[in-house]
Amino acid sequence: MSTHAHAHDVHHGADHGHDAHHHEPGFWTKYVFSCDHKVIGIQYGVTALVFLLFGFFLMLMMRWQIAHPGQPIPFVGGLLHMVVGEAAPAVKDETTGAILGYMMSPDLYNSFGAMHGTIMVFLAIVPLAFAAFGNYVVPLQIGAPDMCFPRINMASFHVFFWGGVVMLASFFLPGGAAQAGWTSYSPLATVIPTMGQTFWLIGMVLLITSSLLGAVNFIATIIQLRAPGMTWMRLPFFVWAQFVTAFILLLAFPPLEAAGIMQLMDKVFHTSFFLPTGLMISGQIASVDGQPISGGGSPLLWQHLFWFLGHPEVYVLILPAMGIVSEIIANNTRKPLWGYRSLVYSALAVGFLSFIVWAHHMYLTGMGTKISAFFQTTTMIISIPSVIILTCLFITLWGGSIRFNTPMLFALAFLPMFGIGGLTGLPLGFNFSDLQLHDTYYVIAHFHYVVAPGTIFGLLAGIYYWYPKMTGRYMSEFWGKVHFWCSLVFMNLVFQPMFAQGMAGMHRRMYDGAATYAGVLDPATGEVVGLSEAIIGMNKGITWAAVGLGLAQIPFIINFFYSVRNGKKVESDNPWEATTLEWQTPTPPPHGNFAHPVEVVRGPYEYSVPGEAADFSLQGQEVKGAQPQPAHH
Amino acid sequence: MEIPFTAKPRQDTGLYNAKLGIWLFLASEVMLFGALFSSYIVLRLGADAGMWPHGLMNIPIGTFNTAVLIISSVTVVLAWSYLKLGDFKKYKFFQSITLLCAAGFVGIKSFEYREKWHHYEVWFKEPLTLEQQPGLAGHAFHADNERRQIRQGQIPSLIGHFNYGHHEHAGYFWTLGTLKEKKITEIEFQPDQFHYRIPARIQAEMKKDGKAPEKPAPIKIKVEDIKRLSAFVPAHSTFFAIYFTLTFLHALHVVGGAIVIAWIWGPGAALWKTDPERYTNRVEVSGLFWHFVDLVWIFLFPILYLL
Amino acid sequence: MGDSHHSPEEIKKHMKLYLAVFGGLLLGTLITVALYYIYFVQFWKTVAVALLVATIKATLVAAFFMHLSNEKKTIYRFLLVTVFFFAGMMGLTLWAYADHTMLK
Repeated sequence: MSTHAHAHDVHHGADHGHDAHHHEPGFWTKYVFSCDHKVIGIQYGVTALVFLLFGFFLMLMMRWQIAHPGQPIPFVGGLLHMVVGEAAPAVKDETTGAILGYMMSPDLYNSFGAMHGTIMVFLAIVPLAFAAFGNYVVPLQIGAPDMCFPRINMASFHVFFWGGVVMLASFFLPGGAAQAGWTSYSPLATVIPTMGQTFWLIGMVLLITSSLLGAVNFIATIIQLRAPGMTWMRLPFFVWAQFVTAFILLLAFPPLEAAGIMQLMDKVFHTSFFLPTGLMISGQIASVDGQPISGGGSPLLWQHLFWFLGHPEVYVLILPAMGIVSEIIANNTRKPLWGYRSLVYSALAVGFLSFIVWAHHMYLTGMGTKISAFFQTTTMIISIPSVIILTCLFITLWGGSIRFNTPMLFALAFLPMFGIGGLTGLPLGFNFSDLQLHDTYYVIAHFHYVVAPGTIFGLLAGIYYWYPKMTGRYMSEFWGKVHFWCSLVFMNLVFQPMFAQGMAGMHRRMYDGAATYAGVLDPATGEVVGLSEAIIGMNKGITWAAVGLGLAQIPFIINFFYSVRNGKKVESDNPWEATTLEWQTPTPPPHGNFAHPVEVVRGPYEYSVPGEAADFSLQGQEVKGAQPQPAHH
Repeated sequence: MEIPFTAKPRQDTGLYNAKLGIWLFLASEVMLFGALFSSYIVLRLGADAGMWPHGLMNIPIGTFNTAVLIISSVTVVLAWSYLKLGDFKKYKFFQSITLLCAAGFVGIKSFEYREKWHHYEVWFKEPLTLEQQPGLAGHAFHADNERRQIRQGQIPSLIGHFNYGHHEHAGYFWTLGTLKEKKITEIEFQPDQFHYRIPARIQAEMKKDGKAPEKPAPIKIKVEDIKRLSAFVPAHSTFFAIYFTLTFLHALHVVGGAIVIAWIWGPGAALWKTDPERYTNRVEVSGLFWHFVDLVWIFLFPILYLL
Repeated sequence: MGDSHHSPEEIKKHMKLYLAVFGGLLLGTLITVALYYIYFVQFWKTVAVALLVATIKATLVAAFFMHLSNEKKTIYRFLLVTVFFFAGMMGLTLWAYADHTMLK
């Protein structure tokens, strides 16, 4: 052995087919500071999943408080008290004074609420849907060796990571994390005297910067690095979805960055960008440094700038999932997507229209009738392309040879779940009905339906689908199905009742689960005024369903890690017999992705083409006479 | 593994990667500064009558700074042109002027900022009147059109500089809280000739017609009569808030752009020997960013200084 | 990047153009500053002239210094989209303030 020590290249694995003087990158370069889009995609994915779990735990603690206001939180109450001190005060036995446990103070509840939203949207879903799946799959699906700007790609992950650290660090500050909702409205966000909001703003600036860098990379990559023959109309719909998403991020995030800078100025330098003249806090004129603030600012300005991003942001959350679901449905029905052109134009329309609907989040701010009519109109119009996309996917199922594997189950469930979410958005889009429903649990149910059994199901489908390409092994089908059915049932049990609660008038962001508004008998009229017992009683059922939902994720987490080493090995590089280019790479794809240069010769969904031998035709083929590409750094 | 189209353009788009990348980034910057400009309009339209400061900016310095940036803009594109002609020395020369202009711009900005930070406004609990203080004619309101209902002869605030005893020049950032903390009971305030409530063009007219008031004598003000004291810092008013935010963000972009241009000019110049086309592209792309920075200033200058 | 329209003669011609644009920019600056001392009865006229001059200067910089006048279609397309969204953000926000039933 030792006589050949200097000829180490002979013993290298297959993906290093080149000459001797190449140095294997060290751990840090390979796993932490990698410029390879696949490594970066996995970094984003794992980090995002950890944040997703953390956001889920925040919600579980909140849900316990909602269902059992004033009661100690089981299991974690003591731990909570250790971390946040008096923000989790003791619950004492009335007679003996003994400490029964710890509950959340209203301020802590508010901060969990604000951070749950922030973490789920900006640290979990967007990084997972856009950055993780996009980074891993898009260059493979367009036939590119990597992203256009690999070093910027690495930078964007690290900026995201530190943004996340800043956000999480805010929990440990005296006074805790941000408390004014994920929407961070001024003046409340500015006048709360703790540092949590400042950290939130700094974290947001970092996260926005990371997204902007990523968006530039995605757009440039999709435009410039498509393989020969990959015309625009031969792109898989997933790539189109990511392209539109990147555009939305690029153009909608900067106004929030501007607003974030202004709110930071308000907090740190005591400006009054969003603080109106004559603002009173606790009966006193708002003051800093022993004198009144300048005033002259506009709280509405924050709302306009926030929702200018906030609305396009929700399309950032849904489009990648629609893309993933489309790929899986085509593959598992053995049919091309129905209405490919409609899908593409609808995605473009959704992206475009998403920029001019934002004030439907602001109907209750005293808007005039003309501008309100404008935003109601655009909001109604934007529902059309969304429905077109859903319809095309439904029609694709007709006459298909459906394979009910785990990714397909999640993808199929996405369709009605997103349908419910979308349809329930319609009353919110009209200001006359929004008057009743704004800021109630109806809104919570609506947006969670689109994001939770909507987007998250799409992302889970994507994990099960692309896992074999990333690792060379399948995840367990049995446990995948257990995960799916339990999640589906519990998701609906959690969010369905919230529609009823919202329509009855139960408001959002109440730390005691609306116990304050429980129905009381009005002696004068003999009527019960307030929320009925049934409505408030739903809180308990919802909380148990949320616990069930959490438990349902355990098989998934175990499956995810266990299958890396012990899952059933794939039979080929293309275990799902799919047509798109990522399945023509070795498993897992090496640095540089394709063993041979490819050119694209047909569309992305050539399944069940009459006259062909197999029921699918690969999109690309090797370029004739090309040399195998050496994979090196 | 090479990323294609880093130097040679892709045929169907006609672009090389970095050029597309920088224009995409500039599009996002348009939205960033656009949001700040929109905020400026909202804040200005929402300000109470007579409360939006005028005439507080140093026009000659601002004009000079504008010229400095315009010069740097043309040197940047000349430097790139010489590089395309293959003349590395001329490129280095012109680009060094760009960097000098950048340094000059930032230096002048710093001087402007410092000047603002010890220029004060003091608001009174009860307005002074012109009868009490006839020397403050330049600080009284001047109704210049019927739509403003402003009482003449009332002086709610003074702008100028103040000395207190052994504090020769007041430090930066003093507020009412600072005065109370330092147990100061009275300050001596040197008002400016005009208050910003009098629009700049009316000030100019008064000066022209010989009707300009004399520069006021210093007056003594009791701290207990003061409602608010603020230097011209972001917290002073929404005008200064948006002024400092916009110009500081712009200055950060100037510094960032200059650092990139300097790196390409200095340590990064080795690429000229090995891959001149790619090097020229880098110079072009950093130049595009620089022009954008100049573009933003072209709008900032009239909006903040002149209007 | 080098193609037919980047021959040495072309580049030298462009350089003359750059210097001309430079002159135009300085002139525009002087005009804008002079505006400061010119009195329009209606303030909006001052605003309009100042913004018009600024737009002309910006167009000169973009078209000639940034080579936008002969850029590729891809860049034009998404710059157009950007301008549209910028106009929407500014216009709709200001409209929301104008068409309001309560205090801002």
